[in-house]
Amino acid sequence: MKTITLAHGNGGQENNELISKVFYKAFKNDILDKSEDAAVIEDGNLAFSTDSFTVSPLFFNGADIGKLAICGTCNDLAMMGAKPKYLTCSVIIEEGFDKRTLDKIVKSMKEELEVNGAIIVSGDTKVVPRGSVDKIFINTTGIGEIQYKGISSNNITSEDTILVSRDIGAHGATIFASREGIDMNTNLKSDCASLYPQVKALIDADLKITALRDATRGGVSAVLNEWAKQSNICIEVEEASIPISDEVTGICELLGFEAMALANEGTFVLAIKNEDAQKALEILKQTNETASIIGSVSAEHLGKVVLNSAWGTKRFLELPTGELLPRIC
Amino acid sequence: MSQLKLKDLYDGFRDPETIKAFKKIIEEDAKKLEKPINIMEVCGGHTHTIMKYGIPQLLPSNINFIHGPGCPVCIMPKERIDHAYILSMQEDVILVTLGDMIKVPGSNGSLQDARSKGADVRFVYSPMDCIKIANENPNKKVIFFAIGFETTTPMTAALLDVVIKQDIKNIYFHINHVTVPEVMKELIDSRDEHVDSYNHQIDAFLGPSHVSVISGSKIYEEFPRDYNKPVVVAGFEPVDVMQSILMIIKQFIENRCELEIEYKRLVSYEGNIKAQELINKYFKKSSLFKWRGLGNIKDSGLKLRDEYLTYDAEHIYKDILPIGEIEDHKLCICGDILRGMATPPECTIFGTACKPSTPIGSCMVSSEGACAAYYKYGNLL
Repeated sequence: MKTITLAHGNGGQENNELISKVFYKAFKNDILDKSEDAAVIEDGNLAFSTDSFTVSPLFFNGADIGKLAICGTCNDLAMMGAKPKYLTCSVIIEEGFDKRTLDKIVKSMKEELEVNGAIIVSGDTKVVPRGSVDKIFINTTGIGEIQYKGISSNNITSEDTILVSRDIGAHGATIFASREGIDMNTNLKSDCASLYPQVKALIDADLKITALRDATRGGVSAVLNEWAKQSNICIEVEEASIPISDEVTGICELLGFEAMALANEGTFVLAIKNEDAQKALEILKQTNETASIIGSVSAEHLGKVVLNSAWGTKRFLELPTGELLPRIC
Repeated sequence: MSQLKLKDLYDGFRDPETIKAFKKIIEEDAKKLEKPINIMEVCGGHTHTIMKYGIPQLLPSNINFIHGPGCPVCIMPKERIDHAYILSMQEDVILVTLGDMIKVPGSNGSLQDARSKGADVRFVYSPMDCIKIANENPNKKVIFFAIGFETTTPMTAALLDVVIKQDIKNIYFHINHVTVPEVMKELIDSRDEHVDSYNHQIDAFLGPSHVSVISGSKIYEEFPRDYNKPVVVAGFEPVDVMQSILMIIKQFIENRCELEIEYKRLVSYEGNIKAQELINKYFKKSSLFKWRGLGNIKDSGLKLRDEYLTYDAEHIYKDILPIGEIEDHKLCICGDILRGMATPPECTIFGTACKPSTPIGSCMVSSEGACAAYYKYGNLL
């Protein structure tokens, strides 16, 4: 790695390499080493996370950069079983940016904060010369109060079942369709949504949750591969059970992508104790009818994800590599 | 009339029951074969399908695949990548190409590396997007680095057609289009000077259907006729591939050697005449084109006709584009893989020094490359 390329931000293999060889190496500590969606601090009582958002176009079917900036950080907290409470908001704006567009983005942020019951308690604004940033970059950092302790992607075992909370790839496909000017006569829109309400429903039902992760850059493929490695297990996925909408499959066909590697902004993967899997599925289906049990854990190929086809063949599902997808968030 | 949906294009062609049914018939019929059959899928798209859907796991041991040279990215020699790299580094140039091409390493690096050094390199899904880029950047020269087989050539021709008709002044072309039948002949005919023959293993071909959508199935008729190799023009869905394999097996059992079309839903004998006319209007055969790993192959490339030289970036920038030949990496056996003489795992640097994130050979770059397909889909199970 001599220079940083766009591939280093793909949420896949190169991204992991950049993080581990540069940042983890320099900042090494026990909390960071756990590699969870949010850091668990203060004796397991608080979750703490940060994320920066850049997306083109700023407004797309189903959401905009403002909603994304709140959902992204709140969802990282929710994935540790935490209720999002306090956020900071730091904005870098390119000179010449339209004030009304900024108002729309901030309004969108306000609405999404209300969904989470969270507030912005501190912030920062910078304006930089034209060309220094692409329109607007937003960073949000959040603290959440952990409601369910012990969630960790390092603890998945053969006693867990793997579920996905809804059909996958809608955000990535929407962004690509709008970027490439694909005029589709469909209902395709980003899945961008706050996940805390669904997590709360799972916690309230007293289910034994092992791990949660929202499938953002790198998609479901990246989550499953990271889990397989972190917990040193083999995750076996039934390809026919993976919910993918016709619209997303269509975009993938057209542009040569795999839905499993497309980004999501309101879809999460769950590892839950086998006996609670059906109940979890029922709860998730109350929000999204497409929620599905997609796989199980075995000891066949440790650290790997195996995809079983409906006609009896098997293959590994690898971590996305290279600049498969231009950056979308 | 109801609108055609994207779903209609693949629905049914990935049906598990149909695939299992083909598996069963193939198993039965393959027992009647006198010797094993090695089928070369010429096109990287087929390699991708075969690996992604695990087709080899469905076939009996006497049916083997040989992965062919039909990936436009894999066969691009370093010399051409270097051209693209040098062009992209010109201050007033926006270099535009198709997807995976930006990842292929040349002697100075890939187009991706050029971009990280400040070059304006963009990839498009349709060459027509060059028009928008050119309109938005009137002070820049947009150079379309055109790649691909018969499938993508009409789009380049169509772009040039629009450029001429609309008198667009800032779009130029670097042409790297190649044709399929010539390389197929090369694989059968070629001789290594030391061993006098490559002893090719090919018994039959799967012909890429998208090529024949444009050029018709007629481009393959010499293979059964003159070379005694059956060809089945096959679609890219798993059901298409399974059916095509069965068609090949049947030819062997019934002692036939023919050109057949499996992908009848879009392929005809004649092909798309309008597209062929457009190609012939703007392109002519170049006497030689160097294929990565395979060397110079006669009549296998296309170039712009002389009357369109003012649009030819290779001509305009001839003073800065190198003409010397570059050797491939010593340890890389892409050439043998493209010839069907070796499989990716036989390469000593496969999956170690050469990975999709750090490709040494082009077969590891494109998702259509044999090495990338083996790496990604494992074939380990």
